[in-house]
Amino acid sequence: MTKALNTYRAGADERGHFGIFGGRYVAETLMPLILEVERAYADAKADPAFQAELDGYLKHYVGRPSPLYFAQHMTEHLGGARIYFKREDLNHTGAHKVNSCMGQILLARRMGKTRIIAETGAGQHGVATATVCALFGLTCVIYMGQVDIERQAPNVFRMKLLGAEVKPVTSGSATLKDAMNDAMRDWVANVDDTYYLIGTVAGPHPYPSMVRDFQCVIGEETRAQILEQEGRLPDSLVACIGGGSNAMGLFHPFLDEPDVRIVGVEAAGDGVETGRHAASMTGGRPGVLHGNRMYLLQTDDGQVVEAHSISAGLDYPGVGPEHCWLKDTGRVEYVPITDAEAVEAFQTVTRLEGIIPALESAHAVAQAIKLAPTLPRDHVMVVNMSGRGDKDVATVAKALGSDVGEAL
Amino acid sequence: MPKETTPESGRIQARFAALREQGRAGLVTYMMAGDPDTAAAQAVLEGLPAAGADIIELGMPFSDPMADGPTIQAAAQRALKQGQTLKGTLAMLARFREKDADTPVVLMGYYNPIHSHGVEQFAADAAAAGADGAIIVDLPPEEAPELTGPFAAHGLHLIMLTAPTTDEKRLPAVLDHAGGFLYYVSITGITGTRSADETQVAEAVARLRAKTDLPIAVGFGIRTPDQAAAIARAADAAVVGSALVERIATGDDPLGFVAALAEGVRGARP
Ligand SMILES: Cc1ncc(COP(=O)(O)O)c(C=O)c1O
Repeated sequence: MTKALNTYRAGADERGHFGIFGGRYVAETLMPLILEVERAYADAKADPAFQAELDGYLKHYVGRPSPLYFAQHMTEHLGGARIYFKREDLNHTGAHKVNSCMGQILLARRMGKTRIIAETGAGQHGVATATVCALFGLTCVIYMGQVDIERQAPNVFRMKLLGAEVKPVTSGSATLKDAMNDAMRDWVANVDDTYYLIGTVAGPHPYPSMVRDFQCVIGEETRAQILEQEGRLPDSLVACIGGGSNAMGLFHPFLDEPDVRIVGVEAAGDGVETGRHAASMTGGRPGVLHGNRMYLLQTDDGQVVEAHSISAGLDYPGVGPEHCWLKDTGRVEYVPITDAEAVEAFQTVTRLEGIIPALESAHAVAQAIKLAPTLPRDHVMVVNMSGRGDKDVATVAKALGSDVGEAL
Repeated sequence: MPKETTPESGRIQARFAALREQGRAGLVTYMMAGDPDTAAAQAVLEGLPAAGADIIELGMPFSDPMADGPTIQAAAQRALKQGQTLKGTLAMLARFREKDADTPVVLMGYYNPIHSHGVEQFAADAAAAGADGAIIVDLPPEEAPELTGPFAAHGLHLIMLTAPTTDEKRLPAVLDHAGGFLYYVSITGITGTRSADETQVAEAVARLRAKTDLPIAVGFGIRTPDQAAAIARAADAAVVGSALVERIATGDDPLGFVAALAEGVRGARP
């Protein structure tokens, strides 16, 4: 029998470990910088003026709080659980990524940094980073895999319009993990003026905890909104997992509510059994990459394996360490959704609700479509609509292939 | 009951003692195991001592070498593509040891392949193959305790890196785990890019010497016999990596290049 912990929200220990996961596995050259980020963040967190400044920007610039929308037609269509969407797609720049970018840019300014670097997969984090850099007049360099540059062209142009330099990454699989490698290489070479603005709850400590803290606004708002609309807490939460930041933001404020079922959705690509997927927790084992220990897709010899997902934002072979720990404790369930299921869900929610979801978010919707019909009509489910799908329409058209004519 | 420890080979200490006696610094050469293929890499490895390498760093290829520049990234890719594995790298070393019992060999790479192999098993297998220690680029002192026990038990040195960013406050933590020699990364950057300023290196080495009795090797950005000689005037050893890896890749007389580097290092001090 496993003993329930008295809290799942205690966070990392002082060395940044969540159980066996997390930590700070980086080159010595970077260690002092990471410790500086840790100190600066601890200091900012304790400063009410920092939180007040962040709240102001989140309200007036990002447009928070984001709505919690009752998806009436999806609910009727599925004939089970009452489905709500947390509308992170309505944030300025179109995804949840901006929540953490705003927090981190204010921190970088406090630290006196003048140059910002970031990695991006779908381009949402790159766009959000370029946006806050434009807002504060900071130099911005975005690393993006060549493969992703091709499948997310509209976002590349947006970043350039915002004044960012987009550096194509051609090494390895030329996707998100390789972009992160190159961002780390840049940081090692520019230690004095540069802040690395990581886009998810992964990387060396304190990033997983810091990004989680900045994304928790999603779950905190959801809690207040559902209490107002339903008069009670939700019965379940569903969110997609790339590195895990939108999911962690929604989940964390509910972790200590034992009656709330929590489901994270990994990208299964062509199917976990095919080996062409990005489901690190379902199909990987613990490993060390990008500064932390986490579930990792790797060969028997410890070489990192390329992830595969139709969704560029989920196409990553690892997952944030706190999720890994939550999986091992059993508090959160992690399930796979394939490309085909996500594309189907993308079309369903677009037709029924007039909301075009990001392909990432469509994975969460697909899981809701599976679960809702099996649940009673008084079951309240919140799905994180982590981003909007304008960036994905070309990818979806391509995925539908010859069916695209019929769809029109 | 105290843990039984295997006596270490002492090759690293013996080599630095001999260098001190000769009144010169050492040449440390880095090469990637399995690049461009197993046989060619084995031939280079076995030729290094005669060409003048005093200590050998044998790279263990990794898919995501975050501290390396394009040259070593490409070498790792080539090695992996032709099927190099951790076991294969250790087998290369074991074969080398059949011919050379004295030249220290240090394995250099990233943590995940070791983690995947199992830390305990890696220490046992590396020691059995004839390794003297390892440099694990992404294992700072904060995470080093995972390895110190198994390494000590098998007589392997954990060779620690210090960088220009390592300040006085951090240095003791680095030194706490350091064995064999101390590796000073002379630039803030990745391998194979910019070169170090000799005056700054000399100052840094002097600072380190005040804090440790370990020999100090300096690496990153040393590309020519002249640069190696300049470093050899300040440090106990100069490490050459990318420049040699390039010669191996193009088949441009890598051992002749090592001989030229060795000549530079040997003639550095009057
Ligand atoms: C809309 C959207 N959702 C989800 C993700 C996945 O990231 P995370 O798991 O950190 O939320 C991305 C990443 O690009 C994204 O753009």
